[in-house]
Amino acid sequence: MAQYYQPEIETAPREKILEMQNEKIVKQVRHVWDNVPYYRHLMEKKGITPEDIKSVDDIRKLPFLSKDDLRETYPYGLLGTDLKDCVRIHSTSGTTGKRVVAFYTQHDIDLWEDCTARAIVAAGGTKEDVVQVCYGYGLFTGGSGLHGGSHKVGCLTLPMSSGNTDRQIQFMMDLSATILCCTPSYAAYIGEALAEQGIKPEDNSLKAGIFGAEPWTEEMRQEIEKSLGIKAYDIYGLTETSGPGVAFECEEQKGMHINEDHFYAEIIDPDTGEVLPEGSKGELVFTSLDKEAFPLLRYRTKDICVLNRTPCSCGRTHVRMCKPMGRSDDMMIIRGVNVFPSQIETVLLKEGYTPNYQIVVDRERNTDTFDIFVEVAPDQFSDLMSHIQRMEKSLESALRTMLGIGPKVHLVAPKTITRSEGKAVRVIDKRKLH
Amino acid sequence: MAITQLSIFLMNQPGALVDAVSAISGAGANIRAMSLAEANDFGILRIIVSDSDKICKLLGDKYLISKTEVVAARMSDRSGALYPILVALSDANINIEYMYAFTGSDADEAYVVFRVNDVKTAEAVLNSNGVSTLSDESLKL
Repeated sequence: MAQYYQPEIETAPREKILEMQNEKIVKQVRHVWDNVPYYRHLMEKKGITPEDIKSVDDIRKLPFLSKDDLRETYPYGLLGTDLKDCVRIHSTSGTTGKRVVAFYTQHDIDLWEDCTARAIVAAGGTKEDVVQVCYGYGLFTGGSGLHGGSHKVGCLTLPMSSGNTDRQIQFMMDLSATILCCTPSYAAYIGEALAEQGIKPEDNSLKAGIFGAEPWTEEMRQEIEKSLGIKAYDIYGLTETSGPGVAFECEEQKGMHINEDHFYAEIIDPDTGEVLPEGSKGELVFTSLDKEAFPLLRYRTKDICVLNRTPCSCGRTHVRMCKPMGRSDDMMIIRGVNVFPSQIETVLLKEGYTPNYQIVVDRERNTDTFDIFVEVAPDQFSDLMSHIQRMEKSLESALRTMLGIGPKVHLVAPKTITRSEGKAVRVIDKRKLH
Repeated sequence: MAITQLSIFLMNQPGALVDAVSAISGAGANIRAMSLAEANDFGILRIIVSDSDKICKLLGDKYLISKTEVVAARMSDRSGALYPILVALSDANINIEYMYAFTGSDADEAYVVFRVNDVKTAEAVLNSNGVSTLSDESLKL
């Protein structure tokens, strides 16, 4: 028997959802026009005014926003309210140069936490449950997002944050956690750690897990479900739009319901920007419908995806998105952290290396491995092993600072990194995620 | 008076050393002494050859190669001969980063190559203790 956190919204008839969206988009566009000069200018350049947007069908007339816009306007350029009305920020992991910072009013936090509460209830959560949140707390949206949703549902919330697996297991067992929230790779890792300690899947009290922030496959889902003895649910989101909970899986486990009362989804051709017909594969674009502090109209996620509007047996009427099938840019998600090759290049040049490098990402025992092969430059070479090893360590630490995740650096001889047609192959991703 | 050592960056994998040695012999050099240091991914081949300038130029296209001044001390090839040399260097507060040895053309002759933090002082200390050191010139003979 399906359960809902907000049944009147989650199972609303389609015409009701559309009505709600049409009403909200008019207000949201007006809000942006009045308060965000940067976007107003983009609209003016296209000759669009708020009067042109009467329904969600008109959203396609609006200009796009990309991560570049967010960087360019850092930190306050897309703020839709007075700073004094904001109560929190979150930020993406380090990107080239500037970070992306998202702002929230209390209203924004509330609607975000409603979204994660829906995800928890869809995974079978009630106030009887004990929710163990081992997403990172802090600037990352994962921890506080699920934490807030868990509070709304009335679950006992264990704010564990990430890491320290022995302690995670101790609390999980001693306090009989029933719902686990973390990245899928960490869930798999916990599963292995439990097995190593001789704890069988039936010995824990877990019944469900809500896993997101990185790509994972059906095979991985089955593995996690088996090793923890749970049902594993996917959750989707991005800092720019709020955080996890933009979309979530129901018990059908066939796509994630997008919270359409807050986010309007389009699929576009990443090259032309044209909106693609129903059911096409393309880049996912989100328009916020009722945000105050950080309203984003037509934000390009760069995630390649397909939308599915066929009715779902769970009773929810909101459109479903598939697991992202890839990226329209070169971003990689490694251990839940967004990594761009350009960030690595920036660090290498700054540290005096040539930009000849190769990134190799793989997955061993469900944890991402992250290796960077770098060619040693002639003026860095020395007869002293200690000197070269110090250089290697210092590069690793500079990369860790930039990326928020530590790669293993391998120094290699000049001209040894494979070049095809004169151009180096920068990224070798051996994980089969899509 | 010090001698020139060539250091060559090699990958730590099968075939890397044989390629380098083949390039050195192809350049017509005789390796008088050598040592190989290893890290996880790479290694450093250190060699003493008769004509380091020429070899460095010939191998420079293919290899990452650097020149370092090292001290080659002559000693007799018998038990206890190294001890006074090390004492002299230690007393002068010279730090030895690494060292290796080779035997000379005479039966009683050996050479120890020192990579030190201060080549000039090290040589002066050894010479004043009656230990002779090699020069690039003497290697060509």
